[in-house]
Amino acid sequence: MIDCDVHNAVASDSALLPYLSARWRRHLEQVGSRTFSPFTRGHAYPKAARFASRHDAWPPSGGLPGSDLEFMRAQLLDAYDVEYAVLNCLYRAPEQRNADFGAALAAAVNDWQVEHWLGRDARLRASLTVPFEFPDLAAAEIERAAAHPGFVQVLLYPRTSAPLGRRHYRPIFEAACRAGLPVGIHAASTTPGPITASGWPSYYIEDHTGLAVAFQAQLISLIFEGVFDRFPDLRVVLMEGGFAWVPALMARLDALQERLGDEVPDLAHPPSYYLRHHVRITTQPMEEPERPGDLVPLLREIGQEVLMFSSDYPHWDFENPHRAFRTRVPADLHQRIMVDNARAQYRFTS
Amino acid sequence: MSGPPGSRGVVVAAADEIPVGGRKIVEVDGRSIGVFHLPDGYVALRTTCPHESAPLCEGILTGAITSPGPGRYHYDRRGEILRCPWHRWEFDVRNGRSWTDPDRVRVRSYPVTTDGGPVVVHV
Ligand code: FES
Repeated sequence: MIDCDVHNAVASDSALLPYLSARWRRHLEQVGSRTFSPFTRGHAYPKAARFASRHDAWPPSGGLPGSDLEFMRAQLLDAYDVEYAVLNCLYRAPEQRNADFGAALAAAVNDWQVEHWLGRDARLRASLTVPFEFPDLAAAEIERAAAHPGFVQVLLYPRTSAPLGRRHYRPIFEAACRAGLPVGIHAASTTPGPITASGWPSYYIEDHTGLAVAFQAQLISLIFEGVFDRFPDLRVVLMEGGFAWVPALMARLDALQERLGDEVPDLAHPPSYYLRHHVRITTQPMEEPERPGDLVPLLREIGQEVLMFSSDYPHWDFENPHRAFRTRVPADLHQRIMVDNARAQYRFTS
Repeated sequence: MSGPPGSRGVVVAAADEIPVGGRKIVEVDGRSIGVFHLPDGYVALRTTCPHESAPLCEGILTGAITSPGPGRYHYDRRGEILRCPWHRWEFDVRNGRSWTDPDRVRVRSYPVTTDGGPVVVHV
């Protein structure tokens, strides 16, 4: 089994100090984190569970869930016989209002990942943390850090200050393609603006549900701004945004393009083409239809190459790889989702 | 005192071993079972969550929130609702039934007797 979304946590800010210059160490200690989000310490919405984590994922060693590799081995890597796990560290480097501080923190997170994770377990791979609201700095970090073979993807969040297709983000896609890495977009409830297209809602349940809409907005933007036409090698991975919405959205976009396509005549293919050829989607949170068997036609409709299994360990909505589908998925499709699609997508061996 | 006919009693804890409000997770015939000491006696449930097999009996014991209408709510059944450590499905610890879907989802529960002595689960 290949797990395409696992979270390793920076146990505390002090863990990053060895990777920061004296200038930014001082900044971290004296000024600290100041993010685009309205709250400097917590998130705008309290998570369903402490640190958004499984109740049983707090390591006996006392740190945060996801901060103890030994415990991660016991609860995930060994327990489920994981062949490769892709780490997505959600430390709040990319959200810093101070651009240079954010860039320094991102580099520190990446160097810390090399030493404490990639260097300690051959099954681990990681996503690159980059200050994506400052695309030139993000591109520079990709250039600097992507050489390490343990990094298999560039990490962005779905709630950006503008849709990712806007040309100002191009340096990120350019650098990712140059490095031969896919760009992964992972759910995060942080944002420079209101979290829905209609403003700020009241509850975490709205925040969590609304993520799917943010992913759709990014996908629509990437397609119609021509990002995939401009970067034919670009691969994008959507992580933790659900997938039941995909067939409906693609059918709608294909139909609309036939009627409104004159506005975007440069588009080389129907919108659904880009989904199948450029986009991959991780499974967690698994859709759980009223009749579990309805899942299989949905998986087939999305396309057998598109979905890749993810557990989201150690977060509260973790998926048990043996129980995630709750229905019998045909063996060939199951094999693609659990192993083959991820293997084709990521440079696990190089 | 014996359990239901056909069942087999297994001693799982000494008389004063589990404090009120506490629990003990035991292994019986390869099955993991959680034994809970409520203020008025003991209950026991299969540890494995019927959803995705999390260790349900390691979850927190909480209460039930009910609401007769907007803006009004009641918090009762304190310490009797077991919440799964993963996706937070909630179960009535007294009978193993799901709080939200009691007819379709339940976890196996086992009778417990003490007879003034050690704690016995009937499987
Ligand atoms: S495994 Fe218990 S709620 Fe999902």
